[in-house]
Amino acid sequence: MYAFELVRPATLDEAVTALGTEEAQALGGGQTLIPTLKQRLAAPAKLVCLGGLAELKGVCIDDDGAVCVGGATPHAVVAAEAAAHYPALAALAGNIGDPAVRNRGTIGGSLANNDPSACYPAAALGSGATIRTVNRDIAADDFFQGMFTTALEDGEIITEVRFPVPERAAYQKFEQPASRFALVGVFVAKYADGVRVAVTGASEGGVFRWAEAEAALSADFSAAAIAGLSLEADMMIGDLHGSPEYRAHLVKVLTGRAVTAAG
Amino acid sequence: MPKDHGIGASSKRREDVRFLTGRGRYTDDINLQGQAHACFVRSQVAHGRLNGVNTDAAAGMPGVIRVFTAADFEGVGGLPCGWQVTDRHGAPMQEPGHPVLATGKVRHVGDPIALVVAETYDQARDAAEAVVVDIEELEPVLDMKAALADGAPKVHDDLTSNLCYDWGFVEENREAVNKAFETAHHVTTLDLVNQRLVPNAMEPRVAIGDYNFATDDSTLYTTSQNPHVIRLLMGAFVLGIPEHKLRVVAPDVGGGFGSKIFHYAEEAAVTFAAKQLRRPVKWTCTRSESFVTDAQGRDHVTKIELALDAEGHFQAIRTETYANMGAYLSTFAPSIPTWLHGTLMAGNYKTPLIYVNVKAVFTNTVPVDAYRGAGRPEATFQLERVIDKAAREIGMDPVELRRKNFITEFPYATPVAVEYDTGDYNATLDKLLEIADVAGFEARLAESKARGKLRGLGINCYIEACGIAPSHLVGQLGARAGLYESATVRVNATGGLVVMTGSHSHGQGHETSFAQVVADMIGIPENMIEIVHGDTANTPMGMGTYGSRSLAVGGSAMVKATNKIIAKARKIAAHLMEASPEDIELKDGRFTVAGTDKSVAWGDVTLAAYVPHNYPLDEIEPGLEETAFYDPNNFTYPAGAYACEVEVDPETGKVTVERFAAADDFGNIVNPMIVDGQVHGGIAQGIGQALLETTTYDEYGQLLSGSYMDYAMPRASDVPFYAVDHSCQTPCTHNPLGVKGCGEAGAIGSPPAVVNAVVDALQRAGMTHITHIDMPLTPSRVWAAMQG
Repeated sequence: MYAFELVRPATLDEAVTALGTEEAQALGGGQTLIPTLKQRLAAPAKLVCLGGLAELKGVCIDDDGAVCVGGATPHAVVAAEAAAHYPALAALAGNIGDPAVRNRGTIGGSLANNDPSACYPAAALGSGATIRTVNRDIAADDFFQGMFTTALEDGEIITEVRFPVPERAAYQKFEQPASRFALVGVFVAKYADGVRVAVTGASEGGVFRWAEAEAALSADFSAAAIAGLSLEADMMIGDLHGSPEYRAHLVKVLTGRAVTAAG
Repeated sequence: MPKDHGIGASSKRREDVRFLTGRGRYTDDINLQGQAHACFVRSQVAHGRLNGVNTDAAAGMPGVIRVFTAADFEGVGGLPCGWQVTDRHGAPMQEPGHPVLATGKVRHVGDPIALVVAETYDQARDAAEAVVVDIEELEPVLDMKAALADGAPKVHDDLTSNLCYDWGFVEENREAVNKAFETAHHVTTLDLVNQRLVPNAMEPRVAIGDYNFATDDSTLYTTSQNPHVIRLLMGAFVLGIPEHKLRVVAPDVGGGFGSKIFHYAEEAAVTFAAKQLRRPVKWTCTRSESFVTDAQGRDHVTKIELALDAEGHFQAIRTETYANMGAYLSTFAPSIPTWLHGTLMAGNYKTPLIYVNVKAVFTNTVPVDAYRGAGRPEATFQLERVIDKAAREIGMDPVELRRKNFITEFPYATPVAVEYDTGDYNATLDKLLEIADVAGFEARLAESKARGKLRGLGINCYIEACGIAPSHLVGQLGARAGLYESATVRVNATGGLVVMTGSHSHGQGHETSFAQVVADMIGIPENMIEIVHGDTANTPMGMGTYGSRSLAVGGSAMVKATNKIIAKARKIAAHLMEASPEDIELKDGRFTVAGTDKSVAWGDVTLAAYVPHNYPLDEIEPGLEETAFYDPNNFTYPAGAYACEVEVDPETGKVTVERFAAADDFGNIVNPMIVDGQVHGGIAQGIGQALLETTTYDEYGQLLSGSYMDYAMPRASDVPFYAVDHSCQTPCTHNPLGVKGCGEAGAIGSPPAVVNAVVDALQRAGMTHITHIDMPLTPSRVWAAMQG
C-alpha cells in the first residue's frame, strides 16, 4: 500500500471533522478497503478509523420493536445478538465470509461500499431498513443507487441501521465458488403490509427489489406463487462464474427457497 | 499387528513438528546481512513491441540502488529448455529464445521487463511504478487453433509459425490405426478440454542471490524442488558460473506440485544482480505475481476416438491434441504432452493399435509445464471418459467394458513404447467396488431422489509411469539431462547416520519415510537417522523430486549406499569378532557370528571405524561413509481404480461430491499414513480441477481468474471423507524397495471419476443428450448443459 495518515477519532464529532478534509476516507472493518490498498488500487491521503467509536457499536431494540444495529458493529456481533429478535438477519450476518471477516467487517462498511455481491444490502433493502447517518435518515429504497453507489455524501458516516422485524423472513445465498460472495442472494421478508424481496449478486445495477415476486407473494406467501414468474436476463451480471441467464434463473430458485425457509 | 517402526509403519512425520509450530525455515525466512530487495517491472499487456524502457525517474527515487533492464543482461544466456522433442517428420521442435528480461517484445502479461533493486521492498515497488515502459501493443494470440491459422500473429517473430512441434506417436502406426478405424464395428468419439490450471503452492516463490567477491562464490537460495538442476541450468546456460562456484539452497519449501521444478528468470536475475551490486538481493513473489509467472498446468484440447469390435474389445485409439506451451518453453514443457502423455494412452487396457498426435502451440499466455501428474492426468482423463461414453453407446456396463479389456499378463509391452512390469487391475477394481460400497448405490440413489437430488456414480481406472526415469531411454527421447538419483550415507562414530539425498522434500515427508527405510535395513531406531536434502553444498548430485520419483529412484540410491555401508560394517564386525565376513549376520542393530552367541553392537562397529585401534587397516579404510547413484532401468507403474458419487441439484446445477473411494496399487508401502495423505491431497486437487478451477484469459490476454476472488481452490468443505485403500500390492520388479510412487495418483485418477459421475447422474435423470461437460463442472456449466 501507499503511505497514508491514519486518524483514530475518539468521538463521532472528531470523525466527522476528520472526514471533512480532502482525500479522507472512512475505514470501517477494512475487509474491502485494506485489500484494495494492499493492491495499490486506491491511494487515500488519510484514513479515518471508525472502529474506536463505542457509540457506533452494538445491537438494541427500539420502542417500535425494530432491531437497531450500530454502524460499526461487526457481523459476528449481529449474528449473536440479533438472533433472538431477527433470526433471518442474524443468520445472514453469521454466514458472511469467514470468522475473520465476521469479526472485523461491519454493517456500516458493507452498506456504504454496496458491493453488488454483498449480503447486507439484501437484508437492508429486503427489510425496508432505515439507514441513519450523522446527518439524516435514509430509507433503504433510496439508499442503494447502483453498483458501489449509495445516497451517502462524501464523509457521511452511517451511525445505525434500523430493521423493522418482519413476521417471517429468510435469506438464501448461492455462493460464487471462489470468493464465496453471493453469486445470487435473495432476502424475503413478510410484513403485515406486504412482502419484500431483495436480490443481491445478480444485477448490473446492484441490489434490487423483485416487484413481481413481491406482488405474487403478498397475495400468496408460497413458493408456488412465483412458479409462473421469470426475470429478464438483460440487466443481469455475466462473468466467468455464470451467465446472465443463469443468474436470472437462480434468482427465481432462491426466492422460492427463501419463501420455503421462511416457513 | 501393524508395525510401529521401520518399513510399513505409520511413523508420525517428524518434519511436521517444525512446520506446525512455525519453526520451519523457508526461503523468505532467510535474511542476509546487507540484503537489498528486488521488484520486477512486468508487462501489463499480453503481446507488444517493446520500444523502450526509461529508468531515469526510477533510478533517482529514494533507496534505489540500481534498475536493471535487458541491456544490462547482455552476454547472459537465455533460460534453457531441458527437453527437445522431434516432430513427426524428424525435425527438431521450434525452440524460441527465452531472455531473462524481455527483449524486443513482451509475450505475456507478467513477462519481466526490468528489475529494480532498492534498500527496502516498498522502495523497490515504488520505483518499479516509476519505470516508463514504451510498448506498442500487438494483437495477442490466445486460442491454440487460431494461433495455427494462416496469417495469425506470431508470438516469436523469428519462428516460422506458432507451432512448436507436430508430434506423432507411434508415427509408424499411423496408417495401421487409420485402417483399423475404417473397419471398426463401433467408433466412439469425444472432444474435450483439459483446462489450464494455476498451481497455487501454499508458499509463493522466493529467490535470494548472494555473492562473495572475496571468494567469487555465488549462492542462490530458492524455492525449488531440485536445487542441483537449477545449479546446472543457471550456472552452465544462463550465468556462466561453474558448478564449484555456485551453491543452490532450497530449504523448507511449502509445496510445489511441479511448479518449482523449473528454472525461472527471477532466480537468474537476483543471482546476477547480487554479483553486480556485491550485495544479497532478495525477491519474494506476491500471490498476484504467482498467477502470472508460475508455470501453469494442463491446457490440452483433445479429440479422442476409440474403435471397438462387436464384443467390445478395444481395437484402436486415435487422438489429436493441441497442447498450449504459453509464450516460452518452460524447462520441461515439451516433454509433458508427448513422452509423459502419449506413452500412457494404453491405460490399463489391451489396445493393439494406438496413434497419438500432439500439436504444441505458442500463445501469449503464461508458460505451461508439469503440474502434479503432468501429461498423465491428460491421458487418463480422455481415455477414461471415452470408455465411459463407449460403454453407454454400446449398452455395456462401464465396469465390465473395462474388465473385458484389462491387461492381465505381465510384463506387458504397450503399443506406445513402455513395458508395464507388474499390476493386477482386477484386484484394485474389486477392492474399489468393495470400499466404495457400489452395492449400496441404488439405495443411496433412491434416498437422493426422495430429496429431489440427482445422483450419479463414476468409476474409472488409471495407470501412470513414475519413478522418472531411465537415463538411457529418456536421452533417446530428447531429454537433455540424466534422471538418476544419488545418496550419501555418513555414519558417525557413535552410530547415528546422516543420509544426504538428492531428492527434495516439499511436503512429501521424506525426512520420516527415508529414515524408516534405513532404520529397517540396519535394525536401529529411526531417530538415529537424519535426512538432509536441498543444498548443493551438502548433498551429492541430485535430480530432485517430481514425477513420483523420490522413493523409487532417490530411495533406491539410498538403499544402495546403505548396503555399501552394511557390507563394510560387516567386515569391521568380522575383524572385531575374528570371524569371516560371510558368517556375519546383521539383525536388530547387532552383528552376530552365525550359529554362535558372539556378537557386537552397531555402535561398537561404527566406533571402531572412527577409532581404528583394533582395525584391519591394511584391508579397509577407516570411516564409514558411502555414496551411490541409482539409475532406474524402467519406469514404475502405479495403477488403480477410483469411484466418485455425486449429487447434482437439478435446480441450480450444483455438484457435491458425496463419496469418493480410491484403490491404489503402489507396490510396497513404507509409511501407510503418508501414502494416505498423498492420495488425499491428490484427490482434493483432482476434485478441484473437475469442479472448481477455471483459468480464463479475456480477449486481450488478461487473466480474469487472477486471484482467489475468481480462481476457486478446493476447500475442506468441497471434498468428502475418502475411502482409501492400498492393500493391493504388486511390487515393482526392478527397484530394491519394490515401490512405485504415490504422489500424483490422486490427481490423475480423480478428475474422470468426478465427470463420469456427473454425466451418469444426468443420464439417469433422462438427460441422454449430455455425454460430456468440460471441466470445471461449475454450477453454471452443469445448468447450461441441462438446458439442452
